[in-house]
Amino acid sequence: MLVFLIRRLSQSLVVLLVMSFLVFVGVFAIGDPVELLVSPDADQFERARVIRDLGLDRPLWEQYGVFLLQSLKGDLGNSFVFNQPALQLILERMPATLELAFAAVIIAIVIGIPLGMVAGLRPHAWYSRMIMSVSILGFSLPTFWVGLMMIMLFAVMLGWLPASGRGETVDLLGVPVSFLSEDGLRHLLLPAINLALFKVSLVIRLTRAGMRENMLMDYVKFAYAKGLSHGRVIFVHVLKNILVPIVTVVGLELGNVIAFAVVTESIFAWPGMGKLLIDSIYRLDRPIVVAYLMITVLMFILINLIVDILYSVLDPRVRIADVKS
Amino acid sequence: MKKLVGLLATAAAAAAFAATAWSAEVKVGLSSEPTAMDPHYHNIGPNNMLSTAVFDRLVAQDEKQNKKPGLAESWTQLAPNVWEFKLRKGVKWHDGSPFTAADVKFTMERAGNVPNSPSSFKLFTGVLSEVEVVDDHTVRMKTKDAFPLMPDYMSVIIIVSKKHGEGATTNDYNSGKAMIGTGPFKFVEWVKGDRMVYTKNPDYWGPKPEWDKVTVKPVADNAARVAALLAGDVDLIDFPSPSDIPNLKKNANISLAQVQSNRLIYLHYDTNRDKSPFIFDKSGKQLEKNPLKDVNVRKAMSLSINRKAIAERIMEGLAVPSGQLMPPEVLGAVPDLKPDPFDLNRAKKLLKDAGWGDGFKITIHGPNNRYINDEKVTQAVAQMLTRAGIQTDVVTMPSGPFFSKGSALEFSLLLVGWSSGTGEPSDPLRALVSTYNKETGLGATNRGRYSNPALDKTIADSLKAPSREEWVRLSQEATKVAMADYGIIPLYFQVNVWAMRKGLDYVARADEYTQIQDIRSKK
Repeated sequence: MLVFLIRRLSQSLVVLLVMSFLVFVGVFAIGDPVELLVSPDADQFERARVIRDLGLDRPLWEQYGVFLLQSLKGDLGNSFVFNQPALQLILERMPATLELAFAAVIIAIVIGIPLGMVAGLRPHAWYSRMIMSVSILGFSLPTFWVGLMMIMLFAVMLGWLPASGRGETVDLLGVPVSFLSEDGLRHLLLPAINLALFKVSLVIRLTRAGMRENMLMDYVKFAYAKGLSHGRVIFVHVLKNILVPIVTVVGLELGNVIAFAVVTESIFAWPGMGKLLIDSIYRLDRPIVVAYLMITVLMFILINLIVDILYSVLDPRVRIADVKS
Repeated sequence: MKKLVGLLATAAAAAAFAATAWSAEVKVGLSSEPTAMDPHYHNIGPNNMLSTAVFDRLVAQDEKQNKKPGLAESWTQLAPNVWEFKLRKGVKWHDGSPFTAADVKFTMERAGNVPNSPSSFKLFTGVLSEVEVVDDHTVRMKTKDAFPLMPDYMSVIIIVSKKHGEGATTNDYNSGKAMIGTGPFKFVEWVKGDRMVYTKNPDYWGPKPEWDKVTVKPVADNAARVAALLAGDVDLIDFPSPSDIPNLKKNANISLAQVQSNRLIYLHYDTNRDKSPFIFDKSGKQLEKNPLKDVNVRKAMSLSINRKAIAERIMEGLAVPSGQLMPPEVLGAVPDLKPDPFDLNRAKKLLKDAGWGDGFKITIHGPNNRYINDEKVTQAVAQMLTRAGIQTDVVTMPSGPFFSKGSALEFSLLLVGWSSGTGEPSDPLRALVSTYNKETGLGATNRGRYSNPALDKTIADSLKAPSREEWVRLSQEATKVAMADYGIIPLYFQVNVWAMRKGLDYVARADEYTQIQDIRSKK
């Protein structure tokens, strides 16, 4: 276990270092942030001052060196645009995104697994075929379009739900959350469903495939032969067996949803960190982009770790020490 | 897509609006969010426009950017380099303390010196050599040389309270601690990325604010902003996309406000180098001689552009053709300077006489996410130039790389926009058509490196004109010279549009600002 953790962490450090370098150079190559920051009517003195203040007059390798030294102390630099620590700006926005992501994943699991089980158990029934057909839509319709259609239908035409924003928030342990107030929930519903659609389809398909495969296995026949009830076979034995791939995929998808909910956040004007990332890329706000992607990498490493540990819980045959990277 | 949204919306809006109750609260959806609440942190539109709700300036700008009394009731030029401002009496800060000349002096010291500002107000406060407090309600602004533009410069600097501003950081403003102004609304909170909230200041010295509460939400996505309006989430939005406007017009629950802006869309080109990176002969070989150095070629380009067609077809009516840097009715602009007519034959003849009868090849670069329909307009311009014999390729890109490369002189011909914060032509004259000069700070945005020593002198003289009248005369003369020499090719002014629910009224502004104090209910 310990060896496993140490190996994991050292691998992560290398990934972080390479990533930060690539992003640093990448943003530098796109363009000069000063051009976007400075008011067009500013004169050359003002431009020179801004370049100096941001440290952009120094060579790239020196800027990167300074960044590395500072980041060892936990300081990922100040945003060019806001002149506030990049890390703080991202963390401020994180609760909104986490809330949205977890809501989406919960929806995906709650809807996806039961539907997938039904479709797997009765693959030829008309309702199973319908579930599968609808799940194709979930895969193939672009999030952007579905989001706008949902706004048109539920917000503009029916007027049931608000079209954008986060609504009222309540502080839970000092963190503002939406799901504890009615207004907040109403705001959360559409973006969460929008974000969940793809995940629901994914979970349905994984569950169905797992069900079909497992139902033919010897242990299921043996369980029935032993006289176990239908419910016990399905919900205890089969479900446990099909959960391993589902946990992996949902875990990775959770990371994806947290890091890149950009489209949904933009359409619903959800004040999360995906929105911050896209704005920062447009503004060439390098410290935020670098810090954001570093946090993302850390998060993926962490999620993978948790998934691996969950494996061993779900399937005793898998030993932590055996799991490579 | 956008069309579809609009279409569905038109059919459906009635239901949504029935649910919107009338209250003394108004919600606004804006395309951009400020980068700070500190009114001196970042000199850009989204910051400046919302600052005017909480704070005032000595000189205010009306919807056409004409100067009118703000915290100063009147101003006079005592000497060519001394301006006296008489301050309004009885004005109180939101905490009840009186507004005095000390606040003005403090503001002039702070505005240009906010640490790590990404674009400071030094450009405006830098001209001041001394701010003399004569008494509590009289301030004299002194400059080294004669300076005619003091009222214009004072119309962009937000006056902050000395008591709350002294030692205050940008964070103190963002948190609301130092957000004590004299303006029509009091600041409540800013939740980054989500909302800004204001409440009424019932003791405001000017026109009384109408709303008890105003919430401003950034909704950057164009389609989502329109949807938010149609769903009744917000009551007013800025910059609906041109393709949605016909449907919004048909919608009985929506009204629109629009006005010609002072944002000029223009062509800038390399008129300085002999070898320009994107000018080729017909076979694609880079030309040794730059045809754009010849004023007749530049004139031919201007004549070959059908501004009216661009305004009517590409911009769907949301543009007004232009023949100079600022709209003709602005003080300092030339009232009778008309846009060049569309005259293909004359353009071809000019090219032929200049020795380019066979034409040449050029690439036009434009942004694709900065101005209204910028990509389409760039393509249209390219087609028009091609018809005149200048075979033109199009490359568009996001504004990040576009402006970086443009300023690094990597282009030969580019489509850009300009909007003047002070609302007078000294600003584009100084930055766009003056010779690029690091010592004087002139020509900072001259991406074509156009240079005309006689024009430089007129512009320099105009900035030191001893009186307003003399400045107007020199400014007009400079504009005429720059336009006759085709330092740039002006195309059109954008038209700004706001959409709001029926029953609201907004005074559309030429500077693109959404000022929440100007949102009124229809009487």
